[in-house]
Amino acid sequence: MLIKMQGISKAFGPVKVLEGVDFALERGEIHALMGENGAGKSTLMKILCGVYQADSGSIAVDGKDTPIRNTSDAERQGIAIIHQELNLIPQLSVMENMFLGREPRRFGVIDSRQLRRQCLEYLQLLGIDNLDPDAEAGSLSIGQQQMVEIAKALSLNAQVLIMDEPTAALSERETERLFSIIADLKARGVGIVYVSHRMEEIFRVCDKISVLRDGQFVGERVIAHTSFDEIVRLMVGREIGDRFPARKAELGEIRLQVRNLADASISGVEFAVRAGEVLGIAGLMGSGRSEILRTIFGLNRRLAGEIELDGQPLQASAPHQAIAAGIGFVTEDRKGQGLVLGMSVRENATLANLGHYARWGVINSAQQLAAVQREIERMHIRTRDAELEVKALSGGNQQKVVFAKWLGIAPKVLLLDEPTRGVDVGGKAEIYQIINELAQSGVAIVMVSSELPEVLAMSDRVLVMHQGRQAGIFTQPDAETVMTAATGGLQ
Amino acid sequence: MNVQQKATLQKLGPFLALLVLAAGLAITSPDFLTLGNLLNVFRQVSINALIAFGMTLVILLGGIDLSVGSILALSSVLTALMISHGIDPVAATGLGVLAGAGMGMVNGLVISKGKVAPFIATLGTMTILRGLALVFSEGRPITGLDSDFFAMLGGGYVAGLIPVPVVIMVVMFGVFWFVLKRTVFGRHVYAVGGNEEAAGLSGIKTGQIKVWVYTLSGAMAATAGMILTSRLNSAQPTAGTGYELDAIAAVVLGGTSLTGGRGWIFGTLVGALLIGILNNGLNLLGVSSFYQQVIKGVVILLAVLLDRAGKK
Repeated sequence: MLIKMQGISKAFGPVKVLEGVDFALERGEIHALMGENGAGKSTLMKILCGVYQADSGSIAVDGKDTPIRNTSDAERQGIAIIHQELNLIPQLSVMENMFLGREPRRFGVIDSRQLRRQCLEYLQLLGIDNLDPDAEAGSLSIGQQQMVEIAKALSLNAQVLIMDEPTAALSERETERLFSIIADLKARGVGIVYVSHRMEEIFRVCDKISVLRDGQFVGERVIAHTSFDEIVRLMVGREIGDRFPARKAELGEIRLQVRNLADASISGVEFAVRAGEVLGIAGLMGSGRSEILRTIFGLNRRLAGEIELDGQPLQASAPHQAIAAGIGFVTEDRKGQGLVLGMSVRENATLANLGHYARWGVINSAQQLAAVQREIERMHIRTRDAELEVKALSGGNQQKVVFAKWLGIAPKVLLLDEPTRGVDVGGKAEIYQIINELAQSGVAIVMVSSELPEVLAMSDRVLVMHQGRQAGIFTQPDAETVMTAATGGLQ
Repeated sequence: MNVQQKATLQKLGPFLALLVLAAGLAITSPDFLTLGNLLNVFRQVSINALIAFGMTLVILLGGIDLSVGSILALSSVLTALMISHGIDPVAATGLGVLAGAGMGMVNGLVISKGKVAPFIATLGTMTILRGLALVFSEGRPITGLDSDFFAMLGGGYVAGLIPVPVVIMVVMFGVFWFVLKRTVFGRHVYAVGGNEEAAGLSGIKTGQIKVWVYTLSGAMAATAGMILTSRLNSAQPTAGTGYELDAIAAVVLGGTSLTGGRGWIFGTLVGALLIGILNNGLNLLGVSSFYQQVIKGVVILLAVLLDRAGKK
């Protein structure tokens, strides 16, 4: 047994985050750690890599009781973590990042020849020696940056690699590359803890799965002997019904018509979305999916093409114009672009239409609060009250606040970019339900998503992008059709 | 103590510090707690407070305005020149405040349209406007402001008791409190300061908000300038040097975060009073002006360190 955590408990003030949790990892094992947001996964992993101290419980490495008091203790034991938010310094080069703080020196000066050689050694080990050691980390794609972090961990002689939502920001191709690297590490005997919400991936790459719920360990299963349904049941402690609730929406008139749309990186995009319809947009990372939404919303400069909203031409060169015309945009980066984290649920939910509750610029707080209360109830936003800061909410509930914000403008068209990213299973189903209700009320929805099952299940039709161009629009396609089109196989 | 009580206590921290300081001075100096002295303190505080109110909005946006001292000087010089050239003092005062607003607007435009960092933009205008004040006044104080109205701004009393500057400060406090708390504009200031990108994507015209905030800051600096000029009965081209730092200190002492999005105008009033009472008290106690500087600096650092510790 490589790692054995036993009876781990941890409280922050009066809040018990972990209570007597066990976790075991063997050499050469890929072990998924699952649980809804707030279940205690990250706290458990932070204890393992020395960021937090457990209040009670023990950690054994290779069968020996090993207290881990700080991050350098963890590093010494070969425990490394790859965070979801990557930690490279963008202005430094790949090799400088990899050996930050332990650069090979000669006469007190960095020996860059040696540095480059050592860096290349680890890049080769991972089969990514096409990366330039001198490239600035900031110029790399997210996937490449992640590879650099993995290489860095290996250079620290990591025996245990904790990966937190490693594929969240990766394209399909980068994901495949990551999986092959993970398999390779496994073969070398490295133990990998794989923290993710993505069931398909977990069932594909992992050997075992441990589930946490409300700070308690609820079970360990061997992947080969369990099912999606069982895991979901373990996580939420109840049946959640369908992962993708059914929608009964009548398709109406065309609400959004896009012809020959182009910005700096996409061109020739053409589609129409009817009232009540969900148009999915699939494609690899960087294929121009988000650019379609951003160009419609007036964020990216439109270089060609026409956009019509309910038959009227739309000329939006800034978000406020698109919003005034009746378009809402749930952005990809909820914390960075969707919410003002330090503000309350009430203020975030009315951010796009505050003027609606005001006369002569003075807000009628009672009216505003009543409207927000209605949305909190309608969408089952779990919050203590409307005045709670939105950063205290779980990912799924934060996302519902973003939806509430856009419902406030009574949108004709809603653009969704990765609407369930970082949202747990229970939260996802609720967001799908909200999307369905919106469609049923006659909103036209355009949804970009990297999660293929989501696109396939939620969309009436799927537009597939490939390298900035539209590879086709398919009516309820299967996964293979979409992947073939996305990788350029239809041309 | 639950989280909310703790947050409230923390928010009221500067206010408690003010009460402690006042109580301490009341005990150690018999002159402190007299009506005459207190009204005097409030009058001295009013100039810094008015500038700091405008600065609060700027800092809530995550910005900074270094040019307030220069705006104060240039608008004062312009108003004094107008009065000495026979323009009606009421009109001249109004035009002076408008001129200050215009200078602030230039700051706002350079920052929002030119995408220049606020520190750099206002450092530039600080120097330019100070230069212009010297040019227009030919480097000399402008005197001969014989006007009852103008004299009243800095030296008058309402109801024969409360100094006019104090009344202006209290009224402006009420206005700023209302604007920040209850108006769409005020809430948008918080939103832009809290997360500019999210605010913009929610349809808030972030550029416009910035321009208006710097415009307001300019107008407040000019208003303070009118009061100062009236008190001195002359416009000095070098007036207001270093005032930006006192205003920033008041805002920060009041608990407003320099990173934007978090803070309130009541805190700024308390911060300005803290600085004012500290000055007054140290004078009453006969502390040398050299040591006064040291003590003021220590108090500012202590306040911010305590604030930090409380947040952990």
